[in-house]
Order: sequence, then C-alpha cells, then structure tokens
Amino acid sequence: MKYALLIYAAERDWAEKSKEEQGRIYNAYMTYTVELKKSGKMLSCEPLDPTSTATTIRVRNGKTVSTDGPFADTKEQLGGIYVVDVKDLNEAVAWASKIPDARTGSIEIRPLMNVPEM
Amino acid sequence: MNQTANAVDRMFREESRPVLATLIRLLGDFDLAEDALQDAFTAALETWPKTGLPRAPGAWLTTTARRKAIDRLRHVKIVEATRSELTLSLRLDQEAYGSQYELEVSPVSDDQLRLIFTCCHPALSREAQVALTLRTLGGLSTAEIARAFLVTDATIAQRIARAKQKIARARIPYEIPDRESLAPRLDAVLSVLYLVFNEGYLATSHEHLVRHDLVADALRLARGLAALLPNEPEPVGLLALMLLHDSRRVARVSDDGDLVLLEKQDRSKWNRPQIEEGVRLIERALRMRRPGPYQIQGAIAAVHAEASTAADTDWRQIAILYDQLLGYERTPVIELNRAVAVSFAVSSIEGLSLLENIERTGALEQYAPFHLARAEMLCRLGRTDEALECYERALLFAPNEQVRRFIEQRLQREKTAGAHVGHQTGTKSARGPNLG
Repeated sequence: MKYALLIYAAERDWAEKSKEEQGRIYNAYMTYTVELKKSGKMLSCEPLDPTSTATTIRVRNGKTVSTDGPFADTKEQLGGIYVVDVKDLNEAVAWASKIPDARTGSIEIRPLMNVPEM
Repeated sequence: MNQTANAVDRMFREESRPVLATLIRLLGDFDLAEDALQDAFTAALETWPKTGLPRAPGAWLTTTARRKAIDRLRHVKIVEATRSELTLSLRLDQEAYGSQYELEVSPVSDDQLRLIFTCCHPALSREAQVALTLRTLGGLSTAEIARAFLVTDATIAQRIARAKQKIARARIPYEIPDRESLAPRLDAVLSVLYLVFNEGYLATSHEHLVRHDLVADALRLARGLAALLPNEPEPVGLLALMLLHDSRRVARVSDDGDLVLLEKQDRSKWNRPQIEEGVRLIERALRMRRPGPYQIQGAIAAVHAEASTAADTDWRQIAILYDQLLGYERTPVIELNRAVAVSFAVSSIEGLSLLENIERTGALEQYAPFHLARAEMLCRLGRTDEALECYERALLFAPNEQVRRFIEQRLQREKTAGAHVGHQTGTKSARGPNLG
C-alpha cells in the first residue's frame, strides 16, 4: 500500500520565525527524513518551493488557462501527484494540461525545493 | 553636464533596454543583469569622456556589463551564493579564462522578444506582468510605476521582486514561444500593453483625465513590439488602435479639463499625421488577412477618425465591425458598444432593446457608460423622465471626477430642457459608452 503524505503548514508562520527556530525545524525534518529513509519505507521526498512560485492551470474548451498562485478551492481535493523532471515551466504546463482532470479540475504546478541533503 | 555626459544620459534611456534584454539571457538572472548594467554605465561615464563614444555603444555596454557581472560573482561569498549563481559563475569563469573574456557581445533583437514574452508570461499575475514590463522593458523606476497606479513604492517593489523570484524558481524560460503557442502568448503581451495605454488614456482612478506619460510608454512599447514582429498583424493593429485613440487627445479634454464627447469634439484639433499613420497601419495589418480583435478595434477607431463630422460617421460599418469583434470575445462592454452603433445605424428603439438584453445579465449594473448610453437613447426618443433616472444611476458609478462632472452637466441640461421646452426629440445624439 502506498500513501502520499501531504504536508500543510502556514508559510507566513515560517517567515515570522527566528533563524534559530527555522534551524531547529529544518534539523527536525532532516532527522525525520533520515529515519524514514533508513526504514526503507520512503519512495520519494519532495519539499516544495513556497506558494508564491506556484502556477495553476485549467484546460477549458481545449485552451490552457494559467493563473499565478496556488490552487484555492475547497470544492475539490488533492487526488494525486506526479513528479516530473522537465526543462522548464512551459514544459511542465504542457504535461499538466494533458492530465485528464485538467479539463474539469485544476492542476497546481510547484517547483520542488532544492535541498541537496535530502 | 558636458556633451559626452549628455550623450551617456541619452544612451542610458535609448540603448539600455536592448542591452538589458541580452544581459538577462547571458547571465540568466534579472537582478544581476540590472546591477551589471548599472556598473557598465558607471564605467561609461568614467571612460567615454576620455576616449569618446565607442563605435558601437550597445556592444560596448553589453561586453562591459558581462565582465562586471563576472567580477560581482567572484565577490559573492560561497555561503551566500545560491547554487545556480555558483554554476553560472563557474561557467563564466571558464569562458573568461578560455580566451573568450574579451569577446564582444552585442544586443540581439530576439532577446527583446524573449524579455517581452517572459515579462508577460501567463504564469505571472496581470499586476506582476504590468509592473515587470514597465520596469524592465519600459525602463520606468519603481516610484514612477507606483505613482502611475496609485500604490506605494513598496507594493510595486515587492510585486517586481516576487515576479523575478517566480521566474527564477519556477523556471519560466527566457524564450520566444514556438509557432504553436505564439498566438495565446502574444495575446497576453498585447493585453498588458493595452492595459498600460488605457490606464493612461482613461485614467480610471486619477484626478487627471489623461496621463500622457503612460500613454507615451505604451506607444513606445507597442511600436517596439510591432517592429520586432513585422509579420504579425495584431501588434500592428494594437499600435494603430493606440495611435488613433491618442490622436484625439487634445480635442478630448476642454480648456476647463472637462471630458468632450467624440461627437462634440473639434475635429480640427485631431492629430492628422497620427491619424494617417494609424489608418496606414490598420490597412497594412488587414492586408495580412489574419484579422483579430485589435485590428478590428483599430478599424473601428479608423472609421471614426475618417468621418469629417460626427454626422458623417459610418455607423453601419461600425456596427458590422462590432459584430465581428463579438466573434472573438463576447464581453458585455463590446455588446454595449454594438448597441450604441446600432442605435445610430438603425434606430434608438433597436439600440434600447439590445441594452435590455445586456441588462438582463446584470453584468454592467455598476458601469456608468451603460446607464449613460441608455439615458442618451431615451433622450433622443424624448423619454426625458426615464432618461433622467438613467443619468442618476450613471452618476452613482462615475469612475472619476471628470466623468462625474460630465454626467452632472447632461443631467442639468435635460432637467432644464424638460422643464422649459418639454420633449425635444430627434436632434440630440451622443456616442454614449465610448467617452471620446
């Protein structure tokens, strides 16, 4: 059985924390990641860049409509994740607009955060 | 300021945009490119008075700025440097030591297109697109942009910083869209430029009726875009549309700063050479046989511009053009404009019935020009009481002081006319929604 664990946290709170506090949380994540990795139960670990870098796309009548920012609608729920390795945002948008749910729902595109230690 | 310093100053405005566009491609970083460009200008101010203007100032600046960027990156402490900056630094160093250090780099016009499409990328919010376009392509300062849009400097600075961060982190590519995606991407660019123009021309939230600075910036950018994409008809159509609207600038505002409707304008005050250029451009665009919304709007403006008096306006032609425009985008405002054209081309009764269709959607309930158009049509039919009601409604939603004064004058005149003369029909005509 595979599960996606989705982390929801307030970005604003993070920005308001002191450097020390941020460091503590970062280390706690590192410890947790190492533990999970060692257990052999981790398939992939993908921290995300902040929502300010997000793009949400919808395909309506065959046209791809992009909007700046994260997906924000309480009527739809996260139903799955693809992690793709592509050239740039345009290519990511091209792939995202082929996802069947793009025609009725929305696909949020978030760059993965670059954390070499993970 | 001596002559060379003057030349440098002029250079900064004229040559810096293409140089910046090329630097962003070479350095892969907006901020680094801007800083390096600034360094290069400082160097120019020191060097040129001694050596005279270089043969190709743009190439001199690009080459110098690139070298300055390498210097800057050498001084970035490892801990502070982001990964990408380091990679870049290494690449540039390799190039530098690999004898290419002195390679002359010239600005490339394709880079300006890359920059335009990146600034107007659909993954950025419209506000961010506008701010970034004016800052990076228009060369406006954050303070100037803030003043134009009546927000604080900090808001604009943050908007631009966020947009640059998103371009870098989400990796928005610095490239000209391929043939397949050119049309939709170009739409985004055109609407940004048209928004800047309208913000200047209509000055929706400003004391002054027209803000020439923004109009001039929009015209400059549209002219540049049309020159960069000579085989695309829509940028030419947009440029023509702007020129034709702006040709009425002087006639559109009275000596007291009041708005003058198109039909009341002194047509001898219209800028004839600009109209001729606009009409020539529209004809050129239409000859490419790929019509689009900006070309059609430009054609509508051209029909107005070519009528020697308001009464000579070919409203039938304008109604047909609005019909075509609705085929591209069905917005209530275009429906309103079409209703006004029909009211002149066919009858006020016909116009009113079209307005009723729009009213049922409720979309223009708070749009002053809608109520104004209806009031004018009712006036022409002599239905003064109903017209007065519509003027009152228009007044509630007047977007700025000039429009408010204009509506008040109309209201006052109708009240007086209604009281003294009773119903006076058939003589009055007004354009309604397109306020000049």
